[in-house]
Amino acid sequence: MIAIIDYNAGNVQSVLFAMERLGVQAVLTADHETIRRADKVIFPGVGEASTTMAHLRKTGLDQLIKSLTQPVLGICLGMQLLCRHSEENDTPCLNIIPQEARRFQPVKGEKVPHMGWNSLKIRNNDLFTPDQEGQYVYFVHSYYVEDGPFTTVLSDYILPFSAAIQKDNFFATQFHPEKSGPVGEKILRQFLNL
Amino acid sequence: MLAKRIIPCLDIKDGRTVKGINFVNLRDAGDPVELGALYSAQGADELVFLDITATHEKRKTMAALAREISRRLSIPFTIGGGISSVEDAGAMLDAGADKVSVNSAAVRNPNLLEELALAFGSQFVVLAVDAKLIDGQWWVHLNGGRIPTERQLVPWVKEAESRGAGEILFTSMNHDGAKTGFAIDATAQVSEAVRIPVIASGGAGTMEHFYDVFTAGKADAGLAASIFHFREIGIPDLKDYLKTKGIVIR
Repeated sequence: MIAIIDYNAGNVQSVLFAMERLGVQAVLTADHETIRRADKVIFPGVGEASTTMAHLRKTGLDQLIKSLTQPVLGICLGMQLLCRHSEENDTPCLNIIPQEARRFQPVKGEKVPHMGWNSLKIRNNDLFTPDQEGQYVYFVHSYYVEDGPFTTVLSDYILPFSAAIQKDNFFATQFHPEKSGPVGEKILRQFLNL
Repeated sequence: MLAKRIIPCLDIKDGRTVKGINFVNLRDAGDPVELGALYSAQGADELVFLDITATHEKRKTMAALAREISRRLSIPFTIGGGISSVEDAGAMLDAGADKVSVNSAAVRNPNLLEELALAFGSQFVVLAVDAKLIDGQWWVHLNGGRIPTERQLVPWVKEAESRGAGEILFTSMNHDGAKTGFAIDATAQVSEAVRIPVIASGGAGTMEHFYDVFTAGKADAGLAASIFHFREIGIPDLKDYLKTKGIVIR
């Protein structure tokens, strides 16, 4: 059973449908016991950092997420919330992965959000395979997690930034694997096979 | 590097895709979900579904269709046509849409852009604008180009950005359906006026037209309908061509 954490994030339906296409059973839930017992947990995210963190604290999901020991996959905002802090409304986050989420600062008139398909640069890690080097995935974000010790995949927009991070059982992608065609489906499958 | 996007547009009427010359003389070009799946398999970067008659007929759009598209496809898509409230847009989000486009409703009630951005984030809000070049000025038109307004193109897209639009979908009424190329100068003006991505629409007839709109036109994405629907240009061929010309393409 795959638990997708329900915290009023935008477009969780897409993640549910992606699981359906992969033929796995997934449930959208905020129930602590269901999440704790799940084989894998997906922490999706479209939304704003401070509002979302306030909601997670109010519901106790913040402590629950920190205590999880099975593989967890944060997506987009879910990735930024796993970090220490986000510049989005100066928000202290879950601090599971000690890196920073910063706002893109254009240097040559680049557009923000970074929206569209960009390519991956893979480092050694437990989730991605070397043949995924250079493949394109779909991003939509205005904040990015800086390159750091837990960065496992880089992408480049304005500067090199974390396309994926990992610490222990916590994995996260800035891009949307559920919206990244066959490349994204393979990454989701690799996560489900961990 | 961020890739330029190729976006087939599926105009919908009565659950079927249609595309006409200059928005009239509609022709049937297939089932939207099937066609969308085909384009996705061929390498389309994103899809836009527009109910071109929705505003005119005061018809609300297609949560059921959005749901079916989201169920079947693993690439992003925008849905639009008759979306005029936070509730309309929320129903699309719940159905799995990545973005909604608003057009006439935003001109009539610009506060709608702020409301949508606040409720769902700017990344969910595409401002679609249909404009016509009349005596050297680009004028915004409503209801699929039927109704002229007092608004001009560039000031309107700037206002829309400041109100919370996350992307601009600009269609030149003069070029739409003519297959003589995109409105390069106007697209470049729009792209330079805003700091959000711009999708160019209207006029694609050859692969060179996409090259031109990505370079001189400074567009982030190129949208077309009939040349894809009637297989005049294949998406794989188009992407290969653009890559050989040095454009960053997925």
